[in-house]
Amino acid sequence: MTIIDPTDAVPAQRPGDHENTGPLLEVRDLHVEFQTREGVVKAVNGVNYTVDSGETLAVLGESGSGKSVTAQAIMGILDMPPARIPQGEIRFYGQDMLTMGAEERRKLRGARIAMIFQDALSSLNPVLSVGFQLGEMFRVHQGMSRKQAKAKSIELMDRVKIPAAAARVNDYPHQFSGGMRQRIMIAMALALEPDLIIADEPTTALDVTVQAQVMDLLAELQREYRMGLILITHDLGVVADVADKIAVMYAGRIVETAPVHELYKRPAHPYTRGLLDSIPRLDQKGQELYAIQGLPPNLLKVPQGCAFNPRCDKAQDICRTEFPPLVPVTEADGTELPGRASACHFWKETIHG
Amino acid sequence: MADPTKADEPQDAMPNVSDVEVAEVHSEEEAVAALDANVERGEPILQVRNLVKHFPLTQGIVIKRQIGAVKAVDGVSFDLHQGETLGIVGESGCGKSTVAKLLMSLETATAGEVFYKGQDITRLSGRALKAVRRNIQMIFQDPYTSLNPRMTVGDIIGEPFDIHPEVAPKGDRRRKVMDLLDVVGLNPEYINRYPHQFSGGQRQRIGIARGLALNPEIIICDEPVSALDVSVQAQVINLMARLQDEFNLSYIFIAHDLSIVRHISDRVGVMYLGKMAEVGTDEQIYEYPTHPYTQALLSAVPVPDPEAREHRDRIILTGDVPSPANPPSGCRFRTRCWKAQDKCAQEEPLLAIPERFKGSDTPAAHESACHFAEVKDVVHAA
Amino acid sequence: MSEKTIERPTTDEAAIAKEIEAEEKAAARQASLLRDGWADLRKRPLFIVTSLIILILLALAIAPSLFTARSPFSDGFCQLQNSMNGPSSGHLFGYDVQGCDIYTRTVYGARNSVVVGVVTTTATTLIGGLVGMLAGLIGGWADALLSRITEVFAGLPLIIGGLLIMSIWGGGDVWSVSFIMAILGWPQVYRIMRGEVIANKYNDYVTAARALGAGSWRIAFRHILPNTLAPVIVITTMNLGVYISAEAALSYLGIGIQYPNISWGVMISDAQDRFLTSPHALMFPAGALSITVLAFIMLGDVVRDAFDPKMR
Repeated sequence: MTIIDPTDAVPAQRPGDHENTGPLLEVRDLHVEFQTREGVVKAVNGVNYTVDSGETLAVLGESGSGKSVTAQAIMGILDMPPARIPQGEIRFYGQDMLTMGAEERRKLRGARIAMIFQDALSSLNPVLSVGFQLGEMFRVHQGMSRKQAKAKSIELMDRVKIPAAAARVNDYPHQFSGGMRQRIMIAMALALEPDLIIADEPTTALDVTVQAQVMDLLAELQREYRMGLILITHDLGVVADVADKIAVMYAGRIVETAPVHELYKRPAHPYTRGLLDSIPRLDQKGQELYAIQGLPPNLLKVPQGCAFNPRCDKAQDICRTEFPPLVPVTEADGTELPGRASACHFWKETIHG
Repeated sequence: MADPTKADEPQDAMPNVSDVEVAEVHSEEEAVAALDANVERGEPILQVRNLVKHFPLTQGIVIKRQIGAVKAVDGVSFDLHQGETLGIVGESGCGKSTVAKLLMSLETATAGEVFYKGQDITRLSGRALKAVRRNIQMIFQDPYTSLNPRMTVGDIIGEPFDIHPEVAPKGDRRRKVMDLLDVVGLNPEYINRYPHQFSGGQRQRIGIARGLALNPEIIICDEPVSALDVSVQAQVINLMARLQDEFNLSYIFIAHDLSIVRHISDRVGVMYLGKMAEVGTDEQIYEYPTHPYTQALLSAVPVPDPEAREHRDRIILTGDVPSPANPPSGCRFRTRCWKAQDKCAQEEPLLAIPERFKGSDTPAAHESACHFAEVKDVVHAA
Repeated sequence: MSEKTIERPTTDEAAIAKEIEAEEKAAARQASLLRDGWADLRKRPLFIVTSLIILILLALAIAPSLFTARSPFSDGFCQLQNSMNGPSSGHLFGYDVQGCDIYTRTVYGARNSVVVGVVTTTATTLIGGLVGMLAGLIGGWADALLSRITEVFAGLPLIIGGLLIMSIWGGGDVWSVSFIMAILGWPQVYRIMRGEVIANKYNDYVTAARALGAGSWRIAFRHILPNTLAPVIVITTMNLGVYISAEAALSYLGIGIQYPNISWGVMISDAQDRFLTSPHALMFPAGALSITVLAFIMLGDVVRDAFDPKMR
């Protein structure tokens, strides 16, 4: 199995289709912890998910849920130390990236797995023109000449619908608006036509009217290139349109997974239900909003049993003592619901009750 | 010492803070009483008229030459009534935060007036300004930067009393601070802690307690929940709604999240590039928007219901907001508007009830700054 | 869900109440950022070692007579027949060219080093801090003017400045040396202070205080100053070492502390010619100087690690 071959970094065909020995990306029982002066922060506690080519997985969670840390672990951009991965596997086409050599891994980054960050301004180098930064991908990974690289950059900027790309290729990041900068970030991630793109809150910093443009562009490009996309967000609204399936994270664990339509219609975890209910609805005008009580979890001392139990209105004694594993969710009559799972002792009551 | 469980009964929390009024100094009380008379006659508590703020763009280090101006706010007018919440929505750079700073006299207006109970406060300074500040307070967006990290919670919430000593006698302050903590749903025992020991939502509660300390009539909320986690946003919105009822507060609620603005506001103003595009009741704006920008904004709101979304008529605007240093002629929205015609470039549309809806009692009859205003229901479009 | 929607939004309380007891203890331990930093500092071995060295140095400076029975200022302290004699029992560091006991002179030299270090650092911190704060707070023309003035002082090299002032006023004692170094050294603190004030001045909590009607004094001393102190404390600690070594450098060149005052710099200068034949005369004062300077600079380093929030 030779997955890593720098020469096939820009394949006409997805190389994975032939060498496939597993899904595009498979995260298995991933744990990440941080050593801090107050103690060990358990940021990720056994996360499992898979993403296939052409599929969009939305990872939904609040700050401290571990959604971004998981992504950084996949990208291999965690600072270690203080971070540590005591346990788990991250398989890219079946090959565990955590046991790979550093050089091998570096070659995957950018070429096969790319990332889009929330803050495009600080992710771009302010003293280099955007054309140079885009072209760098081609020069470094594919050994193109400057001229070739520049032509490629303009092509890419056209691709992400930046008006007058040829005229703007030598502009610097600060000369672009927020939405345009995020497009440049997307162009950069797309440059080497990776198999997987991880987008960490790609539209959070943008205005509502621009958010829609950028999300549409991302979805369109993903379809066109048949990439896998992991979309990390805290916003239930943003993911509704583009995601195929959703994983909801809380305190470093996945508490619910579901196909996108199902999740909004019938949540199977009280946390998901609480999030959906706390969005203001028309018929609630003038009333109090539903609010999940309490505070987001302190990762230094995650509550015993179910991490959500202090904030949960369904919590029983078992929730405070016994940790609920992620189990498949079925219809009331036992019919399987493919892709659905919940980590709640009372998922039946939550979804059917 | 207040019992933390007390906050479950609203009656307990209320009298403690309304004590503040009793402690007011007489001379100021008389002045305020005269102004109060205006409000009782049904006049708005705050009237904003043609408010303008231009930030000069200068060139040169020693001899500064003005080469232009960023027209952050360019002629904004609205009213705020007692006990009412006016939502102001718009994208970044539309000038909504500058409006907040102007209302707080944190920036000096280039032109225009802000009447608080009939008195123009834009040109006030010294003692007169300080007196007005007691009645108009602010809640900030970022709960991490808006609290001094070197001060305890007690010092932060008690600072208003240090600055306005007439509001609370010295011996009484600690108790008042603890009452305020109780009112915003925090444990009064936390009085000696520092901000970094709290989560974002708790910090925002501390900021709200500081804003409430002087028992103001108007609170200007600049994106008060946008920095908070989704599950905590609802808690803070509920708290603000409760406080409004308890203390008869008037809110100016500035935000970019349209669904939250709708939930809390009685009336809504939509801003674009330093101007009001449309003003109306929440129903008028959300159900019967007549300005194309409002319609685009509403249609772009991410709806967390994939089924509903698929039936929606989405308007995706092209391009970005133009620079406020060099806004388009005529209607400022015309460069992104699908209805734009020659007239829009030549003639600036004024904020008024559109001619065709005048006199009718349809909900479309509200102020809109568009030459071609017409109703388009984007929320329920089938 | 209906029973939930009426629930009063004191929701934090329920979750918090359970944690209160456990947290109260933790809270007592870590009250403020400064105390956090201090708690962190105490655990670092480097801090303990450097503090110990500095304590010994301070003891030497305050009461040198506790460490040596001889006094370098008494008659007959220097006996020429002992010139350049090596270490021996009773005279562990040996003798210098004048036949003076090097151990005693090194002990007494500590005082001048410490005094110069402390006086200069205090003066630079006060002048630089005050002027920097003014420039940062007022801004505009005042900032421009003060910054230009500062640049004049910052532009003068220490050696040339020292030569100039010495040749005009003479001197040769700790005070004149401290004076020169303070005059030429304060711009460094000025720059740090001004930068910190400007960085803090636009923070939301300052805006919040203004919105409450707080006056300039309150904003300056209650809000801005406490938030600028950490970097100033760090630079001050390091400066103690820097100025001690600068004093030695000036004295070595003959434009600092001069005979009969004792200075490690002068001792090094005197001993350098005979280094090959009798290295002890150079090694002991030079060693004392190195250890002292290193101790202060390393202390500054650990203090920075403990207090600088960006390092966390």
